[in-house]
Amino acid sequence: MRDKVLIGYGQGFWGDSILGPVRLVREGPLDYLALDYLAEVTMSIMQKLKGRNPKAGYATDFVAMLDRTLPDITKKGIKVIANAGGVNPQACLDAVLDLARKKGIKGLKVGIIEGDDILTRIPELLRTGHDLKNMDDGRALSAVQSKLLSANVYIGAFAVAECLAAGAQIVIGGRLTDPALVAGPMIHEFGWKAGEWDKLAAGTMAGHIAECGAQCTGGNYTGWREVQDFVRIGYPIIEASPDGTFVVTKHDGTGGLINRNTVVSQLLYEMGDPRRYLGPDCTADFTSAKIEEVGKDRVRLSGIKGGPATPTYKVSLSYLNGFKTTGQLTVSGPDAVAKAKLCADIVWGRLALDGCTFEEHQKMVEIVGAGVCHAGINESANPPEVLLRLGVKCDDEDKVDRFGMEIVPLVTSGPPGVTGYAGGRPKATDIVGYWPALLDKTTVQTKVRVEVS
Amino acid sequence: MAKVKLGSFAFARSGDKGDGSNVGVFVTNAKDYEIIKAQLTVERVKQHFHAICKGEVTRYEAPNMLALNFLLRDSLGGGGSESLKTDAQGKTHGLALLELEVER
Repeated sequence: MRDKVLIGYGQGFWGDSILGPVRLVREGPLDYLALDYLAEVTMSIMQKLKGRNPKAGYATDFVAMLDRTLPDITKKGIKVIANAGGVNPQACLDAVLDLARKKGIKGLKVGIIEGDDILTRIPELLRTGHDLKNMDDGRALSAVQSKLLSANVYIGAFAVAECLAAGAQIVIGGRLTDPALVAGPMIHEFGWKAGEWDKLAAGTMAGHIAECGAQCTGGNYTGWREVQDFVRIGYPIIEASPDGTFVVTKHDGTGGLINRNTVVSQLLYEMGDPRRYLGPDCTADFTSAKIEEVGKDRVRLSGIKGGPATPTYKVSLSYLNGFKTTGQLTVSGPDAVAKAKLCADIVWGRLALDGCTFEEHQKMVEIVGAGVCHAGINESANPPEVLLRLGVKCDDEDKVDRFGMEIVPLVTSGPPGVTGYAGGRPKATDIVGYWPALLDKTTVQTKVRVEVS
Repeated sequence: MAKVKLGSFAFARSGDKGDGSNVGVFVTNAKDYEIIKAQLTVERVKQHFHAICKGEVTRYEAPNMLALNFLLRDSLGGGGSESLKTDAQGKTHGLALLELEVER
């Protein structure tokens, strides 16, 4: 058994910089490269793409990333773990094998994890008594069943470890939890078993710290003035040990900052009850960790306690929940705020003249520059200019499009100083509703398969 | 004791949590932790976010991090994907909390 394993996290979310993984494989030692390509809305987009083309529905960015990194990855023997499979892991595997062949790389073992996508199983699950009711408000799934776009179970780290044990150098999953991308290699390397709750909790906590990429290495840190060289910000590396302790670090010579504050910042990100962080593999107590600075850009966590996982998986479902659009104009001073308010009233008034009205909760007006993000806390009465953002949402797509036609006319038919309409006429887009639910673990069996280039 | 902004000695991070946001705030020593535990009450935080948070506020303590974590329900104008607001994910709510004035 290795006494230390280096797990880097190169993509914090779908759309993160490709420089993360490219630099992680080049700028220092690395055993594993973990990458997150999914967000809640992503799965619905991928199901739509797959509906049109059976070879689509995965993160093509992942293949573009491998196009640049595969030579380093194969030369150094770095293993890659990604949830890039989206709703079509097989198509993603095929694309990676194609790429390897094009590059003349032989013997590359690529594995997939399947079983998280339960969209086609929904009728069967409902029939057999799994109600998938909304965790937040208790509604029955029948309320949106006809409008479902995607349904995925959050799969844990043991499936990742199983795929690694099957010999995969590249592991492609669908909806794996973000921490599982880090905890999976630890389970594989150190032989951790279900029931070793403290170690599994440590793996989960390490994954939580790393899962947003540079957000634990100085990114989005409120002490941002302390951070040097944002341009070359280092992405996180978890230096894991068999006993469950780990160090959060980054490659020497990279920018950014890792100290107690940047790590605690990220531990608090998207946190609920810190004593009970729920995951598919265990429950982690984030308040049990001892957090120490042990060197420059090195923070060690130890003493982490965990408990048994719950008998259910979390399921993320999405559904079509109407239509929305937003439009924007710039309004210059003098009296920018008063004129922007007038512009908004003109839009609603003209729409009403044409028989198009919206309820209050369907309308949105923001005067950006006058105090939007911190409304009621930090506002400005007389900024030199503002950005007026108007939006609507409702079930009627035509009404949303009709709204979009009344933004640009303000340039010539409203108060003076209205400009910045370069975006043109806003169009209706789908609102993807999010439906969190729980599902009995016994109903889900994941399976792994490995193919070779 | 003087009135100072929380941001002069504390740090914060926020993000989305369903149709609400979470705001984690922490300090760097035990004395300051007592200050934020005593002064950042649920009522005070709810009042501070009155124009943003339409639902209830819950507070959790994480003493090992010298941190408090607040859940602000119904603070995004609909859930992350449904909201029309600029800050649909509550990314800036942490900085908003740091604007609060406390006695220190």
